[in-house]
Amino acid sequence: MTRTPRRKAYGVKSAPYAFLVPAAVLFLLFFALPIGYALHLSFRRTEVKGLGLGKGARDEIWAGLANYTDALSDSELLTGALRILGYGAIVVPVMLGLALLFALLLDTDGLRLRGFTRLAIFLPYAIPGVIAALMWGFLYLPDVSPFLYLLDAVGLPQPDLLDGGPLYLSLANIAVWGGTGFNMIVIYTSLRAIPAEIFEAARLDGCSQLQIALRIKIPMVAPSLILTFFFSIIATLQVFSEPTTLKPLTNSLSTTWSPLMKVYQDAFVNNDIHAAAAQAVIIAVATLALSFGFLKAANSRTKQGDSR
Amino acid sequence: MKYRTVAVSTAAALAAGALLSGCGTDDGGDEPAASGPASLTYWAWAPGLDKVADIWNKGPGKEAGITVTVKKQASGDDLVTKIITAAKAGKAPDLVQAEYQALPTLVSNDVLADISEEAGDAKGEFADGIWQQATLGSDALYALPQDSGPLMFYYRQDLFKQYGLTVPTTWDEFAETARALKKKAPDKDLTTFSSNDSGLFAGLAQQAGAKWWTTGGDKWKVAIDDPATQKVADFWGGLVEEGAIDNQPMYTPAWNKALNTGKQVAWVSAVWAPGTLTTAAPETKGKWAMAPLPQWTAGENVTGSWGGSSTAVTNDSRNKKAAATFAKWLNTDPAALAALVKESGIYPAATAAQTGGALSKAPDYFSNQPGFYTQAAKIARGTAPAAWGPNVNVAYSAFKDNFASAAKTKSDFGPALTAMQDATVADLKKQGFGVSE
Repeated sequence: MTRTPRRKAYGVKSAPYAFLVPAAVLFLLFFALPIGYALHLSFRRTEVKGLGLGKGARDEIWAGLANYTDALSDSELLTGALRILGYGAIVVPVMLGLALLFALLLDTDGLRLRGFTRLAIFLPYAIPGVIAALMWGFLYLPDVSPFLYLLDAVGLPQPDLLDGGPLYLSLANIAVWGGTGFNMIVIYTSLRAIPAEIFEAARLDGCSQLQIALRIKIPMVAPSLILTFFFSIIATLQVFSEPTTLKPLTNSLSTTWSPLMKVYQDAFVNNDIHAAAAQAVIIAVATLALSFGFLKAANSRTKQGDSR
Repeated sequence: MKYRTVAVSTAAALAAGALLSGCGTDDGGDEPAASGPASLTYWAWAPGLDKVADIWNKGPGKEAGITVTVKKQASGDDLVTKIITAAKAGKAPDLVQAEYQALPTLVSNDVLADISEEAGDAKGEFADGIWQQATLGSDALYALPQDSGPLMFYYRQDLFKQYGLTVPTTWDEFAETARALKKKAPDKDLTTFSSNDSGLFAGLAQQAGAKWWTTGGDKWKVAIDDPATQKVADFWGGLVEEGAIDNQPMYTPAWNKALNTGKQVAWVSAVWAPGTLTTAAPETKGKWAMAPLPQWTAGENVTGSWGGSSTAVTNDSRNKKAAATFAKWLNTDPAALAALVKESGIYPAATAAQTGGALSKAPDYFSNQPGFYTQAAKIARGTAPAAWGPNVNVAYSAFKDNFASAAKTKSDFGPALTAMQDATVADLKKQGFGVSE
């Protein structure tokens, strides 16, 4: 009698750990270890002696915080951050605004061709970012762009879409084109989850479609709006493939236009993995701080709303 | 993809065969550690190199028991980083294709082996300017030159005739030609200054006599902002500033179109230009002609290089001797060079191979200029030496960013050149290299 419960207790105790082992091993191997290695690299640097040719001329030494102070005092990293802030200020509102609008329109009663429209708006998301950037690059380039050709044909001035302010719009356009569909699906799915009786009640109270959208639908999908905003911020901070693909087409994009491009440049062109590691850590921390800061702020506001 | 798999597996099968025959026929002891059965890996990006390696594997390689497997790689900076990373892990391939300007970086990371003992006697096969890039001016030999890219002047014969332009022989005439064309056809450009192509700018600076990196004692001297390069920068900056030439980067769809439609009527490029023109401007085939690069002093025959690569042996190779033997065969043996020209479309660095053989006929695109390669060989003889340092990549990035904004705003190129010099020196100092001011 006494043996069975003891064995049972033992089994229950170890079972959760056994179930956790695969996840923990994978986490350690493919997440903690690379991050740890990047941190390790970021505190080191190579030191060269003299001409630096031949054996033993290059040593890896402890650098302390030197890579971090270098990165933080590097004006190029900071201006890169400012550039993507400007880019994000266009992308995030436009993309989420359009996604919400399309989701609300799709959710209207009596809409025909709903499935087709949803797919059509979603489709650009399925196109790889580099391909999309290449395609848009062709459409932006003065001598090969059909848009600019049409403008020229009707005698309007041709703006240089790959320079100055229009460059930000051009880059943002690629992101909006590619990302709206995905965000729309997220918002649309949560719209479909709203119980029908709420709309019925609203209609009985004399709500118009517009009022239903503004007063009921949007507040009820607020959590998914927060989620999509969260994703969009992260995507903006990590913008890399679009400017990198457009870079060879114009004089206006530098090799270090966005912070991640600077990391790439240092790691794979300048062969300075230590500086690149430090910058990558800084970007990761900034991304975490920004996105979780936003989540926290959003949560506390929703909680306030609940208690009211 | 499928073809490559077949090629690789054929090579692997051949390797196995060679190993077996190597074991079987080993009489033993005629030469100490001559070149026993060795299987070598070769990272390279030149197309068709696997076919050239097959010739080796079936012929001289089979006799020597050395089998080479080519692993196709991306070209340029990415490969340099990949090789350095692999070398850190002790897993670099036996042989690598490396651009000349990457050699100091690779040597400085202790990736490349000194093969002067095994292949130093090949010196006479190459022009001095090219050989010196493989020795870094030292007694060591870090690679065998494979191909070179002497700069030349390409122009649209028909359009030059139409607008009454003469082929410029000096840079002053070049500027006059650009202005004359702008006057006659304002929507056309003689050429463009591309901030994307650091290699071309480096070649133009070499022609003017620039030596960007030199060593004195155990210190590097960086002379990017020297009078010769300043002259080149001012010349091109002036042309962009006055609007005599375009300022758009090369190798874009718009640039291809400009070449194809005759909006750009000339191109300062290297000997490999016919390949680029064939794909970029297919409709103007037979309308182009090649001439020597305009000179700074009339009557001279000096040119710079744009591109070009070498075959190097790594320190990780367990068969350095065998690898050096193959590298020497690949870049000096007439049969190998003929195959390189045919299969990989390269312009060989070995002087003897620059005329005759596969290069006796002009490229298809230039069938209107039968003496194309005879003239190219004449131009190549005047190739000025290039002096590369351990952080060419940093200098090139600085060029791209600073000259891009200068070209965009059509402002003075002088400050951009100074910024390029400063960035290069600052990086060397940061890494701890000895730098003399």
